[in-house]
Amino acid sequence: MAIYGTGLLSLCLLTGLFVGELLGRLVGIEANVGGVGIAMLLLMWGAERLRDSGHLPTPTQSGILFWSAVYIPVVVAMAATQNVRAAVTGGPAAITAGAAVVAICFSLVPLVSRIGRNRREENRK
Amino acid sequence: MTHILPLLETVLTKYSLVTAFAVVALLVWFSYMLSTRLTRGYLHGSAIAILLALVFAYWAGSVTGGKQGVADIGWLGGVALFGGAMLRDLAIVATAFGVRFEQFVRTGLGGVIALLAGVFVSFFIGAIIAYAFGYRDAVSLTTIGGGAATYIVGPVTGTALGASSEVIALSVAAGLVKAILVMSLTPFIAPLIGLNNPHTALIFGGLMGTTSGVAAGLAATDEKLVPYGAMTATFYTGLGCLLGPSLIFVIIRALVG
Repeated sequence: MAIYGTGLLSLCLLTGLFVGELLGRLVGIEANVGGVGIAMLLLMWGAERLRDSGHLPTPTQSGILFWSAVYIPVVVAMAATQNVRAAVTGGPAAITAGAAVVAICFSLVPLVSRIGRNRREENRK
Repeated sequence: MTHILPLLETVLTKYSLVTAFAVVALLVWFSYMLSTRLTRGYLHGSAIAILLALVFAYWAGSVTGGKQGVADIGWLGGVALFGGAMLRDLAIVATAFGVRFEQFVRTGLGGVIALLAGVFVSFFIGAIIAYAFGYRDAVSLTTIGGGAATYIVGPVTGTALGASSEVIALSVAAGLVKAILVMSLTPFIAPLIGLNNPHTALIFGGLMGTTSGVAAGLAATDEKLVPYGAMTATFYTGLGCLLGPSLIFVIIRALVG
């Protein structure tokens, strides 16, 4: 049944968020540390286990795949509810700071990507 | 006719989440049509949809004076639920389904480097710009730097350090500018920075850090890359909130005296 898949997905998210909150408290901040990332790892790991042992029939998978398929519409809805006006009218300091950081981080992507890759290849030798 | 419109609005408002499904579906359909008809698929349908959504959000903000884009228009309130953190995070986690576990572990180190580089660079660039605009105290500089990380790191850092509300508002605005630029520019910049594989997407998520920006930017570039970028990005805000009021503040205070 599809709800089993959605249930598995929801349990992964809730567990991840809970662990993220715990991690935050542990280091003394009121923020969720990687809750969604932990949930993603849980789902990957859990789904692999279930699939290998034959406990993940197609209807169950469809309960997860639906949410993956509506990802883009969810993101479009998210974009439509951003405070774009505040960003545009935030003043020159805010716009300059935001734009400068984006430009520099974009240009760092190829650089950092190379570092990670080289280390990985060295490890393999 | 004058009786029918309020009646329609009542239905749309009462079933606002269903209204949101219909409205977003219409917007996505229209955007994909524009993508094939006008750009022959050169510009992704999802990129057009996100750009249009941002334009509508700006317009709605100007009309209503609210903070939630189109969701401040009564009958479109459901869009805030559809695109809110709850369903967004559920959908992001769902994109990880089917991704191989070991692929993540293998790129782990690159991801950690990207995260640390992303947080530090954002804070310091933000602080430098703030300095250029006349801010001189370490608290304001660190807070605006936090805003250049994400619009959550800014206020969290500012509150922890006791920054003025004006500076905190500025840091939120800087974070919003960043998120919106990453959302709208990523599909155009992606070919220039080699953003077309899982490894680079993971690095990209760690460097940019804004979950909403990365989530939308990658969706508009290549949907398959979403789980990789989103994964590292979700650690960014936590790391920023951790390092901002502590280590980074101490460094900035030492620099400006």
